[in-house]
Amino acid sequence: MKARVFVTLKKSVFDPQGKTIQDALHSLGYTGVGDVRQGKYFELELNAPDADTAKTLASEVADKVLANPVIESYRVEVE
Amino acid sequence: MSITFGVVVFPGSNCDHDAFHAAHDVLKQNAEFLWHKDSSLKGVDVVVLPGGFAHGDYLRTGAIARFSPIMPAIQEFARSGGPVIGICNGFQVLLESGLLPGAMLRNRDLKFHCEHVTVCVEQTDTPFTAGASRGQRLRLPIAHGEGNYYAEPDVIRALEAERRVIFRYCDAVGAVSAAANPNGAVNNIAGICNESRNVVGLMPHPERACEATLGSADGLVMFESVLASLAHTT
Repeated sequence: MKARVFVTLKKSVFDPQGKTIQDALHSLGYTGVGDVRQGKYFELELNAPDADTAKTLASEVADKVLANPVIESYRVEVE
Repeated sequence: MSITFGVVVFPGSNCDHDAFHAAHDVLKQNAEFLWHKDSSLKGVDVVVLPGGFAHGDYLRTGAIARFSPIMPAIQEFARSGGPVIGICNGFQVLLESGLLPGAMLRNRDLKFHCEHVTVCVEQTDTPFTAGASRGQRLRLPIAHGEGNYYAEPDVIRALEAERRVIFRYCDAVGAVSAAANPNGAVNNIAGICNESRNVVGLMPHPERACEATLGSADGLVMFESVLASLAHTT
């Protein structure tokens, strides 16, 4: 099975990279773009019998390694 | 008496030899490199987690190093009261491993800062600052892209209340100002300690400032402090 993990900085944490990208987009004339938050995206190939097991496994991996819970949150999708 | 500094080497550490040199050649003590795949600390008296880019800083700074085979021994050494210092990337490893609270964000201006800064010694009841005086200003180099210290507001409040902020970025006369903050760290925090005060992490590099010929010898007091602290307890 395949899992996708999206890691982003928590809402309460300032994202200087996202802000810089937003400023760059505005300077290019994309004034319709509001807040930009940069994150990380992981694709995991999982050896799991079903979607629930895969999601549990991917969440555990995200919690322990892929994201730092002090500053980041994550979302898991399984297909 | 002489003591032994253990300098941990991860793939990508690049200040390990600086730390070794400060301990061995300047302070005239014993020093040993500890490979990250070792599981024993070989009886060293002080553990130094040096600067660099452990495991290429892949994923996050310190995120992979935290799972190195040597880390359980360092956790145990720290738990039993052994002095541990994390410098720059070593500080980031201590944060990722949970030995110190908080995390590092990208520098506020997204730039890698490589310059000398001034930090103020806030507390002297740690093995690494015992020989300094409170309010003493140290001129130390920094070299990092992710030194913007962050923790939740309640964690910051606890650190301040428990006097666990050990170093703060300040200006030449000791004023803690936004202008003197190179990276955006909360409350100008440059270094902190754990609850039992034996584990210290800081972004500046004292090991690169132990000889006047390098532009500053202000960092030597931290190595002398731990030497004196250990002489005092044994």
